[in-house]
Amino acid sequence: MVAAMSNSAAVAASTWVTSFLERLPAPAGELEAVQWRGREALSRQPLPSRRQEDWRFTDLAPLTALAPAPASSSAQGSWPAPAADVFRLWLDDSDDLLNGQSLPAGLGLLSSDEVQQALGHTLAACNCEQHWPVELNQASATRVLALRVSGAVAPTLELVSQAAEDSVMRPVRVLLLLEEKASLEVLQIQLGSACSLSSLVMEAHLGRESTLRHGLLALGEGQACFLGHLAVEQEPRSHLESVWASHGWALSRFEPRVVQVDGEATTTLKALQVAGGQQVVDTHSRVEFRGPEGQLDQLHKAIADDRGRSVFNGAVKVPRAAQRTNASQLSRNLLLSNQARIDTKPELEIVADDVRCAHGATVSRLQTDELFYLQSRGLSAAVAAGLLKRGFCEEVLRALPAAAAAWRPLQRMLGEG
Amino acid sequence: MIRPDADTLLEIVDLHARVEDKPILKGVNLTIKAGEIHAVMGRNGSGKSTLSKVLAGHPAYTVTGGSVRYRGADLLNLEPEQRARLGLFLGFQYPVEIPGVSNLEFLRVSTNARRMEKGEEELDTFAFEDLVRERLQVVQMDPAFLERSVNEGFSGGEKKRNEILQMALLDPLVAILDETDSGLDIDALRIVAGGVNHLASPENATLLITHYQRLLDVITPDYVHVMAGGRILRTGGKELALELEDRGYDWVDQELAVLEVA
Ligand SMILES: Nc1ncnc2c1ncn2[C@@H]1O[C@H](COP(=O)(O)OP(=O)(O)O)[C@@H](O)[C@H]1O
Ligand SMILES: [Mg+2]
Repeated sequence: MVAAMSNSAAVAASTWVTSFLERLPAPAGELEAVQWRGREALSRQPLPSRRQEDWRFTDLAPLTALAPAPASSSAQGSWPAPAADVFRLWLDDSDDLLNGQSLPAGLGLLSSDEVQQALGHTLAACNCEQHWPVELNQASATRVLALRVSGAVAPTLELVSQAAEDSVMRPVRVLLLLEEKASLEVLQIQLGSACSLSSLVMEAHLGRESTLRHGLLALGEGQACFLGHLAVEQEPRSHLESVWASHGWALSRFEPRVVQVDGEATTTLKALQVAGGQQVVDTHSRVEFRGPEGQLDQLHKAIADDRGRSVFNGAVKVPRAAQRTNASQLSRNLLLSNQARIDTKPELEIVADDVRCAHGATVSRLQTDELFYLQSRGLSAAVAAGLLKRGFCEEVLRALPAAAAAWRPLQRMLGEG
Repeated sequence: MIRPDADTLLEIVDLHARVEDKPILKGVNLTIKAGEIHAVMGRNGSGKSTLSKVLAGHPAYTVTGGSVRYRGADLLNLEPEQRARLGLFLGFQYPVEIPGVSNLEFLRVSTNARRMEKGEEELDTFAFEDLVRERLQVVQMDPAFLERSVNEGFSGGEKKRNEILQMALLDPLVAILDETDSGLDIDALRIVAGGVNHLASPENATLLITHYQRLLDVITPDYVHVMAGGRILRTGGKELALELEDRGYDWVDQELAVLEVA
């Protein structure tokens, strides 16, 4: 059933955008043109509603309950110290993104000319530059972390963003250009609490034979909301592995989009999302093969408890040009309460004939026989259930970059602080 | 070993149980004392696994009559984990695979749950590794199995060895082994039987559920029970198992038919 938005809700939504735009400072800085563009778009484009197919299951009420405005800086939380092989950047919109550090070998900042040229290119290639959450980011982001990657970068690049105060919005914009044969591991940490909004737009262009290992750990609390977009273009023989995990947001919507521009690349996507309480957590992914012999290995996992709601929509496009594509997508879901909801939908659009595309989706409860087996060895029902949930999460979490361990993803996913 | 003065560990009296609406156990009587090894034999579907699961507390089975006392106290009102901590062990006919849960971690948590109940101290990861490496020898199991997920991708024989390893760690008072011998080749059977013999003592007792005489060639039972139609139809010594091997189960079916008419 498609819920029709009531008139008053529609009015509230447009008021929300108007007052958001009013809170923004005048466009300025290196992203001035982008800000104008985003604001223009927001003033024309209404807030997504559940009448739109793409937002059918995702109620934006938690977002409209917030009154966010961009903040210039905020206090740093008590974060784990970065390990020796981690290069950490704190993305807090302050003027110097590098905080006086010099970049590790293989990483360089793009000049502003290069930024003008490259920014938005991959968003457009992935067909999402006009998406509402992207425009929201463009309207408000004042900085972009734009890096060229050449050769193999040894340390893991860790990008931390935190929105911890009421009425704060933190827009993060990242652009990565991986040259031929370059390789990089990036770990993004998005922390949100109180009545805050975190917004992420990341673009990455992977040159031939380059490798990007990307991890995103999105950890929310309370009323905090997260809207994220990841757009990746892959040249032939490049490798992308992107692993994301989301927990604790009142509303979380993440849209990874990958285009293999000429096929022949490998894409691995792994995700774990947890919705408890009244939370809504939504992933809309899309992988498009524009040439032959591309590969996709996608695993999406979700846990829904209490009155939580999990949404997954996984689009895979295999046009005629993409012969001999080998794609697999698996959605595995754990339903832990009668009031929780899981909506999972593969969306395979396959025109090429010589392809292997496998997909599957399961929704299950904790298995009685598994619980009983553990209990029959002396584990209490609660401990047994905890172990089973942990086992469910581990499969995805152990694929995160090693640097993620310091943020204790497993404990966070299980709500153990 | 039969000793008249041994403590009674398990006393099952007129036990009835059903799954959904289907009665399966129809009056089981069985008393097991410390030091004894019992074998329960019977055709497929006679209710052997049901008996073992009812004793371990599986939620799918409802007890509709009778009683079970474990060391003098009511067993049936205990949660499955309490039964395990008190020393009741069930070796599963079909051990369950649990993806993502480390075998080592699982073994440690369960061993500690039992140790705490016995008033022993909890073992930390290092102390536990020492213990588990020592107990691995009982079943001649490769330590590599500790690093894997519980039973995941184990062969049938490996799963059964993992069951006996758990038994070796949990040090049960009453071990019920449900067809631990089925699906084992002769070498694996010797290893598993060797483990069971090694762990048997005058203080504990073993209930072997099996189809085949061949397990009883390597583990000598004090009592053999024949189960049919949800009851124990006859009890004897080890010669009863030999008789079953010779004569098959047809005579059991006939006796059961007489009983059910009556
Ligand atoms: N969970 C269950 N659901 C339905 N029927 C069951 C279940 N467990 C056992 N049964 C039935 O109970 C009877 C006895 O089964 P079981 O105890 O497994 O026998 P055995 O172990 O002696 O082969 C069989 O008819 C079997 O189909
Ligand atoms: Mg059986």
